[in-house]
Amino acid sequence: MVGTSRLQLILAHLALIAGVAIMVLPVYVAFVASTHPGADFLAGRVGLVPGPDLVANYRLALGTGSSTAGIPPVAPMLWNSFVVALLIAAGKIAISILSAFAVCYFRFPLRVAAFWLIFITLMLPVEVRILPTFQVVARLDLLNSYAGLTVPLIASATATFLFRQVFMTIPDELTEAALVDGAGPLHFFWFILLPLSRTNIAALFVILFLYGWNQYLWPLLVTTDASYYTVVMGIRRLVGAAAEADPVWHLVMATAILAMLPPVIVIALMQRLFVRGLTETEK
Amino acid sequence: MQAKRVTFPSKITPYLLLLPQVAVTLVFFVWPAGEAIVSSFYAQDAFGLSETFVGLANFAALLRDPAYLQAIGVSFVFAFCVTTLAMGLGLLFATAADAVGKASGVYQVLLVWPYAVAPAVAGILWMFMFDPSVGLVARALRGVGLSWNHFLDGGQALTLVILTAAWKQVSYNFLFFYAGLRAIPLGALEAAALDGAGPWQRFRHIVFPLLAPTSFFLLVVNLTYAFFDAFGIIHATTGGGPGRATTILVYKVFRDGFEGLDLGGSSAQSVMLLLIVIALTAMQFRHIERKVSY
Repeated sequence: MVGTSRLQLILAHLALIAGVAIMVLPVYVAFVASTHPGADFLAGRVGLVPGPDLVANYRLALGTGSSTAGIPPVAPMLWNSFVVALLIAAGKIAISILSAFAVCYFRFPLRVAAFWLIFITLMLPVEVRILPTFQVVARLDLLNSYAGLTVPLIASATATFLFRQVFMTIPDELTEAALVDGAGPLHFFWFILLPLSRTNIAALFVILFLYGWNQYLWPLLVTTDASYYTVVMGIRRLVGAAAEADPVWHLVMATAILAMLPPVIVIALMQRLFVRGLTETEK
Repeated sequence: MQAKRVTFPSKITPYLLLLPQVAVTLVFFVWPAGEAIVSSFYAQDAFGLSETFVGLANFAALLRDPAYLQAIGVSFVFAFCVTTLAMGLGLLFATAADAVGKASGVYQVLLVWPYAVAPAVAGILWMFMFDPSVGLVARALRGVGLSWNHFLDGGQALTLVILTAAWKQVSYNFLFFYAGLRAIPLGALEAAALDGAGPWQRFRHIVFPLLAPTSFFLLVVNLTYAFFDAFGIIHATTGGGPGRATTILVYKVFRDGFEGLDLGGSSAQSVMLLLIVIALTAMQFRHIERKVSY
């Protein structure tokens, strides 16, 4: 910036360091807690220095959980979260790119009606239609299944709009050339549109994977069978257990760290795609 | 909404392409929302066997219910505090990162990642720090003479969920404010500096007006976040309590529908929330239109 004095620069650095400290502190505290033996908590021995039980605690949380406190192991929940996030991200992208293709590259009587129908989904977040959606899913016999966890969430207006924008910038000459060469619409889609929107798909995938991984209310409603728990919703059961007499904070915190590790790694490794996806979908 | 100039002649293909999206939308969005709207006009008997049409009685009952009015109040206090805190800190860090210039890349990585933490998990982290018996912060507060127990004190519980929700949302605001600041033409700032404008004047007369569209967009996003996405934080930590101190509107719909099994009342609440979403979406679209026009 113009005319930044030395003092201002120092102040800016201080503000940012303070900001980073605030962002990191809760996670650092959780990490420290996850390395202490359970008995240390009430004894007040858990501060800012890691304890000796890192490996033991994580092995316990991942593999066996704590049967006395009713805590299921985390490894299967992580797997469920991974499957659910993957299915939601892939499903949203697949159905949205197809609908965007339909409304951009064809003229048909119900085109505008279809567009408005997709637009409506923007106005109806899960939280608004909790009970009736749950009843619909129950009637369709989709409770406790991967389909029930993912399909009701994969309609996406924002993704459709994004792909429509991308398609509108693709020159018409390409379509003309395809028509002259006698390529059908699916051929054109597969060999021209899909390769041209590769970066947009990747950026969107990062955002939607995080969205799917962090789902909480929906999995909470449609799963009663522990073998379908995702880690973000499963953690709620752990807190209930931690509030009981048995001190299991070390396992709760190990689970919390494990639950946030995959999405944080995704952001750290794909910073550029993430920022791009975020600004593209929200504007 | 226009299509491409050159299109394919097929008659049936577009319908097949739209089928999956339209099917999911109809089955899981339109149908349940329709049911919610319809049952908000009906009352069910105690056994759920019969329904009677009651017109707007469910809504009238809702607006007379002190618990609902309290939930409205809590929601607005919560949304106002979360939005102010998250946007304020986001702008502060973005301004600082912009001033630092080239070295800001590292800070950006370190400030952005909380976006990836699920609201429910963020809630657990903060609840642990403030846990009255084992929490680090609660112990420190006791050290300075403030007894902290969010299980008993409603104001403290609300403070805790506000801090958690704001913590998670700062990174989002930071990213958009930072992008907004980078887009401000350097020439305008240099010209103002040559004319003798100090840093505060430059911020007030150049940076602030140019950031206005970003700020408005973020305002809507933050309000939406506080009204709806914060559900996970509250459900995972305070459970709406103690009493009703942290029961926001979304949490009340959930509790009345699933634990109270009050179908008509819960549906009426859903319809009220629907109106809030429609208002927020309309605001967002006006903003997009305005941006297109200049």
